[in-house]
Amino acid sequence: MNDAPKTTIGTITVAEPVFSCRNVDVYYGDKHAIKNVNIDIGRKQVLAMIGPSGCGKSTFLRCLNRMNDTIVGARVEGNITLDGQDIHDKQQDVVQLRARVGMVFQKPNPFPKSIYENVAYGPRIHGLAANRGELDEIVNQSLRRAGLWEEVKDRLNQPGTSLSGGQQQRLCIARTIAVNPEVILMDEPCSALDPIATARIEDLIDELRESYAICIVTHSMQQAARVSQRTAYFHLGDLVEVGDTNLIFTNPQAKLTEDYITGRFG
Amino acid sequence: MTPSILIISLLLLSFIAYQLGKARSLTVVGGARGIRNLHSLPGHYGLLTALWCGLPALLVVLVWLAVQDQVLIALISAQLPPEVRSLGSDQFVLFLNDLRNVVAGNIPASQVSPATAAAAAEYLRLQGVARLALTALAFALGIVAMLVVRGRIRADLRARNSVERVLEGLLFLCSLVAVLTTIGIILSVVFEATRFFGIVPAQEFLFGTKWSPQMAIRADQVGSSGAFGAVPLFAGTLLISAIAMLVAVPIGLFSAIYLAEYAPSKVRSVVKPLLEVLAGVPTVVYGFFAVTTVGPLLRTAGESMGLSVAGESALAAGLVMGIMIIPFVSSLADDMITAVPQSLRDGAYALGATRSETIKQVVLRAALPGIVGGVLLAISRAIGETMIVVMAAGLAANLTANPLEAVTTVTVQIVTLLVGDQEFDSPKTLAAFALGLVLFIVTLVLNVIALYVVRKYREQYE
Repeated sequence: MNDAPKTTIGTITVAEPVFSCRNVDVYYGDKHAIKNVNIDIGRKQVLAMIGPSGCGKSTFLRCLNRMNDTIVGARVEGNITLDGQDIHDKQQDVVQLRARVGMVFQKPNPFPKSIYENVAYGPRIHGLAANRGELDEIVNQSLRRAGLWEEVKDRLNQPGTSLSGGQQQRLCIARTIAVNPEVILMDEPCSALDPIATARIEDLIDELRESYAICIVTHSMQQAARVSQRTAYFHLGDLVEVGDTNLIFTNPQAKLTEDYITGRFG
Repeated sequence: MTPSILIISLLLLSFIAYQLGKARSLTVVGGARGIRNLHSLPGHYGLLTALWCGLPALLVVLVWLAVQDQVLIALISAQLPPEVRSLGSDQFVLFLNDLRNVVAGNIPASQVSPATAAAAAEYLRLQGVARLALTALAFALGIVAMLVVRGRIRADLRARNSVERVLEGLLFLCSLVAVLTTIGIILSVVFEATRFFGIVPAQEFLFGTKWSPQMAIRADQVGSSGAFGAVPLFAGTLLISAIAMLVAVPIGLFSAIYLAEYAPSKVRSVVKPLLEVLAGVPTVVYGFFAVTTVGPLLRTAGESMGLSVAGESALAAGLVMGIMIIPFVSSLADDMITAVPQSLRDGAYALGATRSETIKQVVLRAALPGIVGGVLLAISRAIGETMIVVMAAGLAANLTANPLEAVTTVTVQIVTLLVGDQEFDSPKTLAAFALGLVLFIVTLVLNVIALYVVRKYREQYE
């Protein structure tokens, strides 16, 4: 198999990027999971990452908040900067990094705590609230912005797991924005949800874009087209093509991208 | 044929039946090529034949073996000479004992009365006849069933369904054995304990503070009144269990956290098996350890600090019992912590939680019901533990909260009461059953609470 990295087609840079990734390689033991990826991530916009299963899009997403650190045998090489600072720098505290780069997972994973405590958890560990009143305010605001407040305001003390799947995922989003991050990473956030819950999350992503940079990994090309402004297509560890979502879906430059979005494989 | 040979022969017969049934099913459809026309696999037809051949015959044999003695004794009793029949019930029991001993060959027939010898001879004669009849009946039953079933094998006979129903029934019987045994144990303990409470009032037993079960065996012996206040025993059990849990819970829990969350896989692969070895050490060995090492050690340490420590102290027994329970707590807690889904840890890490924050507030929180359940199970183990306390805690029924003194526990007293010569209608012996009943109720309640806690939190968090 040809292991040499391919050159990415399209515009990898944006003006004033929040994340800037250069020559990123990821290895799981001997497996070369991400090959020389170069991409910028812009402020106040949604970047969708698409590609067939196992293409490395989730792996790349997990590089951005160094979640790959928790996987034994994973090794990340290359240069990733957040606001110009190298995230792998020795000065960079991974806890601080993750406070600035929030993440929402594929399966809703509320903590075994009440709805209130789920949202309050991040602000508590980072000391964001000076007193109970401020904490209440943060929880209230986060739940409102996640569009969950009206549904849960009367039962904040019930366990987070008592909510439905879609509500749980919005709770996880509320939990993430309670820490007030700059970037939100979403790893297939709707794959475990029904279409109605998915639509609510997509609306929410659209609103959140006004304040945050968002990277979303998705298997649904319709979702990528609906929520994102830029799209990156990954294939077998290569970043094949990246560009404006409109362009990618109407006029893909790379053959692989075209085959994928027209449904020839994947 | 003796019963054991008979049973083995029946098994052999069933094996033959299996082969016959299997061969027959193949013949019916014209050889191996026709298997697809059979409703079930040939083996099912074989099993069906074997089960019909073996089970009813075995059942007859087992039922007869269970009732044989009573039937034979009843038959013999009916034809005993009148002077034997007019014996009192106690004497008659003795007569039957002699009879059984002669039959079993423990006593030569020349050493007993002619009446007994005659009865024994009659017993043996009847037994011989019965065995012959039983052998004939069992074989007839087996062979007839085998032939009938073999004759009824057709391609569309649903052999698999029947065989599976029988197997299901056998599995059910196996599960019933455990339940029935438990019920039997409870009944026997309750029955004896009731007799005890008939002699000693329950309040005195449960709330009395003096324990000295030295009942005289004969009424004219001195010191024939015993005191059966079990409070010192309960207090001792509680004290030792508390010390044990103080040792076992923190150490077990923390080692589980280390092993599950922090330890590199190399350390884990060495330490975990070692901890489990600790669980396999016989409790007697822990007892040695308590008596020969920990006890003297505590004594010396106590003397150097100006404290007087008894040679057999609650502290020594509790410490060693705690060590014994560590692997129990740690392996249960380790299982619970490892069972917490990685996604929860990821969620906490992604919010910027440190490792210890994640463990304290998310992982342990999620594992809590399981850990609490495990600790409660460990407590009921500590309460029921016998060998260590027998060796290391002593026999003195002191009512004290001082861990440096000797205390005694419920289990130790049960052992002491039941060791040696005993009489099953003296309160001294019966007290053991009352203690056993209390022990059983306490551990039962603990287990029920443990299950309840686990279930309640599971409902909420999973």
